[in-house]
Amino acid sequence: MSWAIHTEGLAKSFTLHLQGGTCIPVLEGVELGVAPGECVALAGPSGAGKSTLMRLLYGNYGVGAGRILIRHQDMEVDLATADARLVRAVRRETLGYVSQFLRVIPRVPTLDIVAEPMMVRGLPREEAKARAAALLARLNLPARLHGLPPATFSGGEQQRVNLARGFAPGYPVLLLDEPTASLDAANREVVVGLIDAAKSAGTAIIGIFHDTEVRDRVADRLFEVHPMPVAA
Amino acid sequence: MSGLPLLEAAGLSLRFGPVPALEDVSIEVYPGEVVAIVGESGSGKTTLLRVLSGMMRPEAGVVRYRDPEGTVHGVQEMGEAALRRLHRTDWGFVHQNPRDGLRMRVSAGGNIGERLMAVGARHYGNIRAEAAEWLRRVEIEPGRIDGMPALFSGGMQQRLQIARTLVTRPRLVFMDEPTGGLDVSVQARLLDMIRALVADLGLAVLIVTHDIAAARLLAHRLLVMRRGRVVEQGLTDRVLDDPQHEYTQLLVASVLAA
Repeated sequence: MSWAIHTEGLAKSFTLHLQGGTCIPVLEGVELGVAPGECVALAGPSGAGKSTLMRLLYGNYGVGAGRILIRHQDMEVDLATADARLVRAVRRETLGYVSQFLRVIPRVPTLDIVAEPMMVRGLPREEAKARAAALLARLNLPARLHGLPPATFSGGEQQRVNLARGFAPGYPVLLLDEPTASLDAANREVVVGLIDAAKSAGTAIIGIFHDTEVRDRVADRLFEVHPMPVAA
Repeated sequence: MSGLPLLEAAGLSLRFGPVPALEDVSIEVYPGEVVAIVGESGSGKTTLLRVLSGMMRPEAGVVRYRDPEGTVHGVQEMGEAALRRLHRTDWGFVHQNPRDGLRMRVSAGGNIGERLMAVGARHYGNIRAEAAEWLRRVEIEPGRIDGMPALFSGGMQQRLQIARTLVTRPRLVFMDEPTGGLDVSVQARLLDMIRALVADLGLAVLIVTHDIAAARLLAHRLLVMRRGRVVEQGLTDRVLDDPQHEYTQLLVASVLAA
């Protein structure tokens, strides 16, 4: 099987130095593989480590043990050991992440927030902005909002900005953390359409979907994340 | 990824009497990369910036700079004249206090024009036009071109210092607490301006700050210093979201979420 991304023996625990060095094991022996064009939904009870796994895959959590192998520009890169510059290159070209909440940059207009990842990949400014505007419109964000910074937007509007920013570049691997959590029915349909289109274009998707109806429509299979036994 | 670092240092050590200011510090900065050095007062971060930029000598270790032609120079071996020239051309330095980076008795336009003339610009009209364009880029009314910086607000002075520094298109800019002395509202605007300029010009920046939120906004990579040592380093969001060292955990836990 040729995976777009797969993990081998992935483990993570947190050592809390401020709480007397308490060690909290969260994940162990995770073997997850996702092929191009496939959507895998992470399943498991709250607290099982689904979000931790997503953050390990994106690299904002450091890997405790094991490997994360991602196909990046015809190379296989191990994100667990890649240096910061290589992780940045993988994020620029290969790996996208739609988090639950938009980290707002003061004063930057919505259109620029969505266009930026396309521009750093070399798309000319005008083309990037045109694609950003089209995607925002598809997500029912009216043009009069495109020039405003999203700081004052509602939760649902901010989530749609985040979705546009994540889907616009067409990353080969895309991580989606609760992509429809604060959306109404119409916008949920748009997101289902975006996920289907990305899959047809060969994107490998890993998602957390609390909305089981959306999950069952987009996911090809579930990947169970097991809670670690609590140490005495 | 552009292959070779603009600046690399290894094994830097320096003591002030019994106090270790730097202990075995190594760092590289690559083209187009924004690297933040965070830590509290006395951690050695400003000393590190001064040693890397050739303003202070380490007791041990080397600092190497790669020029645009690819030749590597030992910064400590460069003569004073060569170092001054480097600071006027391929490097820039933004001081915490704008008075240390500006000439207060020279007009705003003159402050920018002076840097241009130092790299050979001679045509008065071109220099003035470029100075006006840079005032616009740092959001200062071009009508203030003949105004004296002493009459500017702190935030405007800092923006003028940035214009003066960037006008010669340096490839590497050192910044020492650039938002340090400013009101919070002014800080946000300045940070955002720095972020946009750095991205537009593809600058490499080495920024010293104690402001974790500023580091998260600006930096690709982070080094955490404590008592002269680098205790943790890596991708900015990795260091801040999953801090490993006890001191970094304390630093991150101490930030108030807005």
